[in-house]
Amino acid sequence: MGHGPGHAAFSSLTFDFSPVASTEITIRNITFRNPVLTASGTFGYGLEADAFVDVAELGGVVTKSISRRPRDGNPPQRIAETTAGMLNSIGLANVGMDAFLGTKLPLLVQRRATVVVNIAASSIEEYCHVLERCEEHEGIAGYEINVSCPNVKDGGLNFGTHCPSVAEITRELRKRTGKFLAIKLTPNVTSIGEFAKACEGEGADAVSCINTVVGMAVDARTRRPKIATITGGYSGPAIKPIALAKVYEVRKAVSIPIIGIGGIMNAEDAIEFMIVGASLIQVGTALFIDPAAGVKIARGIEAYLREHGMASVTELIGSLDTSMQPSLVAAGWT
Amino acid sequence: MFQETVTILGANRVAENVHTLQFGSARIARTTRPGQFLNIRPADTLDPLLRRAYSVHRIRGESVEIIFNVVGKGSAILAAKRAGDTLDVMGPLGVPFHYEGEYETAILVSGGVGIAPMPVLGDVLAAEGRRVVNIHGARTAGMIAADGRLINPRYATDDGSLGFRGNVVSALAAFLDESSPGAARVFACGPNRMLSALGAFCTERGLPLEVSLECQMACGIGICQGCPVEMATGERKFTLVCTHGPNYNISDIVLDSLPSVH
Repeated sequence: MGHGPGHAAFSSLTFDFSPVASTEITIRNITFRNPVLTASGTFGYGLEADAFVDVAELGGVVTKSISRRPRDGNPPQRIAETTAGMLNSIGLANVGMDAFLGTKLPLLVQRRATVVVNIAASSIEEYCHVLERCEEHEGIAGYEINVSCPNVKDGGLNFGTHCPSVAEITRELRKRTGKFLAIKLTPNVTSIGEFAKACEGEGADAVSCINTVVGMAVDARTRRPKIATITGGYSGPAIKPIALAKVYEVRKAVSIPIIGIGGIMNAEDAIEFMIVGASLIQVGTALFIDPAAGVKIARGIEAYLREHGMASVTELIGSLDTSMQPSLVAAGWT
Repeated sequence: MFQETVTILGANRVAENVHTLQFGSARIARTTRPGQFLNIRPADTLDPLLRRAYSVHRIRGESVEIIFNVVGKGSAILAAKRAGDTLDVMGPLGVPFHYEGEYETAILVSGGVGIAPMPVLGDVLAAEGRRVVNIHGARTAGMIAADGRLINPRYATDDGSLGFRGNVVSALAAFLDESSPGAARVFACGPNRMLSALGAFCTERGLPLEVSLECQMACGIGICQGCPVEMATGERKFTLVCTHGPNYNISDIVLDSLPSVH
């Protein structure tokens, strides 16, 4: 009390004069406070992990895929652990559009989350209907469209592996909202760049790369598949190299922002995706191990920016240095 | 529920392929109710990746104990832990046993590592002044930790090397024949085929039966939707074992819908 500056009591204080790095990224109507979003299906409706995380600290919450009607999901076994990864065939179990909008969304808004609603459907009409209903409600910042759904009008063929369908979905939904609209692409295609171009051409604000990779696990003792649907979606650290390659391919194909997804466990992983070309990233499987992983990653990105004297996280985006790579790459022989 | 890095106080092998770990957590010790579980990360590794779910076995002061068999990568790592090592633990999770109500005798039936939730349950019931009987079975005596961790235990072994010769269902039948338990409720945990057989027996005898299910999980907190068990409504609807279970009235679920964990 009454001690002036320079007194011994203050000698242990240190001051950090480094400029505060900005982690904000703005796409259309959303300024994401940091590049970290939770991936659809890995954070529920943003409410279940209350005990562990404040969703307001995340760049955004992408909800579990919601469909027009509630879905019960697949019978067990829905999940299997594999080496550094996880197989899932949940079957898009969700409470349905009405319950989500009526009971879950208001709670998410109350928690000050940036809400991106992920929509799944089995027909173009259904995608449109769900989005139109969402447009009637406050608190939704934008949408991510899950096109990895069977088209009930086309013998159950996956929309996401059929480029004209992805284009049509994007076109129809773009007409129906002025808000952030991202299309979540599946890697299970020959040329993801083509799909990204189709989305860009129809006015998507961003593409999310990637959804899960088709995978399978077998029990050698019982000779049975480990999940009920035999094959399922593979996620986790094991798919990071696949995801990075897809983000790189998409980056070369389009100019719209990319949301990088695939095995991100920590800030360094996230930064790798941004270097390759992602503007935002999503954390998925890591949240099953640590529900607070998203917030930790956001803080890690911030620390990285400060350590490297960077003013803004946007400086990372697409900063991959390929100047040392030989021109072999262009010839296609690997 | 909490997520904590705890310090291991002790690690023991208490029977053939039966291991225990004790760690200190005042918060988990204080808030755990019978039948709840912990989702535990075996190590800070990418392989194994996910947490593993274990019932809370015993609580003594601030010491929390789990019990487990070594069946794979994760449990092998846990079996190698020693006092002083740390562990990343999440819990307590799940809905506890529904043990409240009017009845005279609580019969706790367990098979193999299904012994896990019984000490915590037995301790709470005994503290309430209820009569508690444990019927615990395994293939042979070497697999049973007959060391006083169960209240009023009656053992059953397939080969008769300890206690009753036969399985726990037959042992239960024998117990009911020789004593007058009055109004009784059965709480059980063990392999699905044991629960199934017990279910048929209890239905026949008009005994209420609550089972504690073992299930492969990822998040453990109701997010991933990875741990369903079919509800007995005939509508192909599911309930999540981690958040609505793991403890169910057997007549509310379709036990056969669950694949065996190992």
